[in-house]
Amino acid sequence: MKIVVLVKQVPDSGTERTLRSDDNTVDRASANNVINEMDEYAIEEALKIKESIGGEVTIVTMGPDRATESIRKALSMGPDKAVHILDDALHGTDALATSKVLAAAVRSLEPDLVLAGSESTDARGQVLPHMLAERLGFAALTGARKLTVDGSSLTVERQTEEGYEVVTASTPAVVSVWDTINEPRYPSFKGIMEAKKKPVQTLGLADLGIAPSEVGLAGAATAVVEAAKRPPRQGGTRITDEGDGGTKLVEFLASEKFV
Amino acid sequence: MAEVLVLVQSAAGKVAKSTLEALTIARGLGEPAAVVVGAPGTAAAVTEKLGEFGATKVYVAESDELAKYLVTPKVAALATLVASASPAAVLIPSTQEGKEVAGRLAVRLDNGVLIDVVDLAADGTATQAVFAGSTIVKSKVVRGIPLVTVRPSSVTPTAAPTTPQVVSVAVELAATDKLATVTERVAEAKGARPELTEASVVVSGGRGVGSAENFALVEELADLLGGAVGASRAATDSGFYPHQFQVGQTGKTVSPQLYIALGISGAIQHRAGMQTSKTIVAVNKDNEAPIFELADFGVVGDLFKVVPQANEEIRKRKG
Repeated sequence: MKIVVLVKQVPDSGTERTLRSDDNTVDRASANNVINEMDEYAIEEALKIKESIGGEVTIVTMGPDRATESIRKALSMGPDKAVHILDDALHGTDALATSKVLAAAVRSLEPDLVLAGSESTDARGQVLPHMLAERLGFAALTGARKLTVDGSSLTVERQTEEGYEVVTASTPAVVSVWDTINEPRYPSFKGIMEAKKKPVQTLGLADLGIAPSEVGLAGAATAVVEAAKRPPRQGGTRITDEGDGGTKLVEFLASEKFV
Repeated sequence: MAEVLVLVQSAAGKVAKSTLEALTIARGLGEPAAVVVGAPGTAAAVTEKLGEFGATKVYVAESDELAKYLVTPKVAALATLVASASPAAVLIPSTQEGKEVAGRLAVRLDNGVLIDVVDLAADGTATQAVFAGSTIVKSKVVRGIPLVTVRPSSVTPTAAPTTPQVVSVAVELAATDKLATVTERVAEAKGARPELTEASVVVSGGRGVGSAENFALVEELADLLGGAVGASRAATDSGFYPHQFQVGQTGKTVSPQLYIALGISGAIQHRAGMQTSKTIVAVNKDNEAPIFELADFGVVGDLFKVVPQANEEIRKRKG
C-alpha cells in the first residue's frame, strides 16, 4: 500500500508561542520547532500498516528550510522517503491554499492512503484533511481512534460526543487520527542513522504548477486585521488548608453564586 | 436584510447549545436562517426551538440518504444555499464535524474560512483566541463571505422568539460526496452530566487524583454543582478517566463560568484548554503549582481532605 503521511512542523506547544509583529504570521524563527505531535500518531499508524501488509511510506511536509529537522526526525521513525515542499512564496499561506499545494504534491505521488494528524497544535483548525479530500476526490475518514485496513477497504472508529461512529470507505482515502489510536515508537539509533541517507525530494511551486500569487499572504482568503497578547490572568485569593479549606472553598463558590 | 445561514447541530431532537449561540451571534449580522440536514423528521423536532432563538427561516434538507454520510451532505446543502440565498455570512458550531464542514465548504466555494471564532462583528471582523488563549486575533475573510465556526460557550444564548418559515431544500449529492459511509453509530454511556464543552461548570481531576476509583470524588463535586467532569492529560494517559474527557491542548477546549481544577498542576498543555474560563478554582497540595497563577480562588492542601469537606458543605447548604 502506498501511504503518504502529512507532517507539519509547529512551534512547541509546551512553550510560549507568538505572532510576528510585522505580518502577524506564526513566529517560527524564535520558536523551538517540533513535529506536530498528532502527526507522530499518523506516522506510527502508517508504519504499522506497512509492517502488516507491506508498502511504502512517504512523508510530505510543506514548510521553510528548518522543517528539514522535522522531516529527518519523522524519517528516523521508519518511513522510506520524504517530499519537502519549499518555496519562499509560501510564507503566510492560509489553510485553503495549503490544501491546494499539498493536493498537488500528494496527487503526483498517487497514494492509496493519506494519513494525517487530526489537527495541528498551532492552528487547531481540523480543516485540512477534509480540504485535501475535497480537492483530490478521495474519501475522508477523519478523527479516527481506530483504523482497520482490509485490502482496499478502510474502516475507522470516529470518536463523537455521544460515543463513536463506524465509518467505511475504499482507497484512495484521507484518514486523520487522534492520539488515542496508538503509541508512537521512539526512533532507534539505527533509525536515526538511516534517516540521514533516506531520499528527500524538494519541490517548489513551479514543480507543482502553482503560481506564487495563489499562495502566501497575498493569495490568502483570510487576513489578520490585528493581534494582541491577552493580558495575563491575575491570580486571586490563595489559602492554605488548615482543616477548613473545603468550607472556605464553598464560601467562595457561594459568594460567586455557584452554590 | 440579508440572511445569515446557521448550520444546526442536534441530537435526539435536541438542539445543541452551540447552535443557539451561533443563532445569537447571527442576529448581529442579519436575519438568522437555520439549516437542518439529516434524516426525515430531524427538523420537525427542532423548528420551534430554532424560532425561539430568532431563526426567521428554517431550511430543511432531509432524507435517509443524507443521514448515511458525514460532513458532505451538510457541505452540499450549504453550498446550494449560498448560491441561491446569497447570505451575508455562514456560521457553523465549532465541533469536529462543524470544522470539517467549514473547511470542505471553503474549498468548494473558494471562500476563506475562520475557525473557532468567539465573536463576529457586524462588518464580518472575527475574533479568535489563539495559542491557548494567550493571543487575541481579529481577522476577516477577504475572498468570499464570512464563513466561520463559532466556538462553544463564546456567548450566552438569548431568546428572540419568532415563527420561522420552513423551506424545503433539494440537495443532490455528487459521487465524491458518497465515498465514506457511516455503517454504525454507537452510544457510549455518558450518564446525565452536561456536555463538557457546553457545561457552565466543569470539575476536572489531574494526576493528583491518583486513581480511576478516586475520580468518584471529582464526579461527586461535579454532580453537586450540576457540572461536567474533565481530566488533565496526565490523568487520561494514566487511565484514570476516558480520553474523550481530556481538557487541554490535545483535548477539549472549555470556557465555562466555573472551572475547578483538582490535583492539576496547570502545565501549558492543560491551560490551553481552560484558561478562558470565567472563574477558576484550584485545589493542589503544591503551593508552587502554576495553576494557582490562574486561579481566582486557590486552596493549597490535600484534595482528599478539602474536596469531601466541600462536598459535605454544599450538601448542607442545599438542605
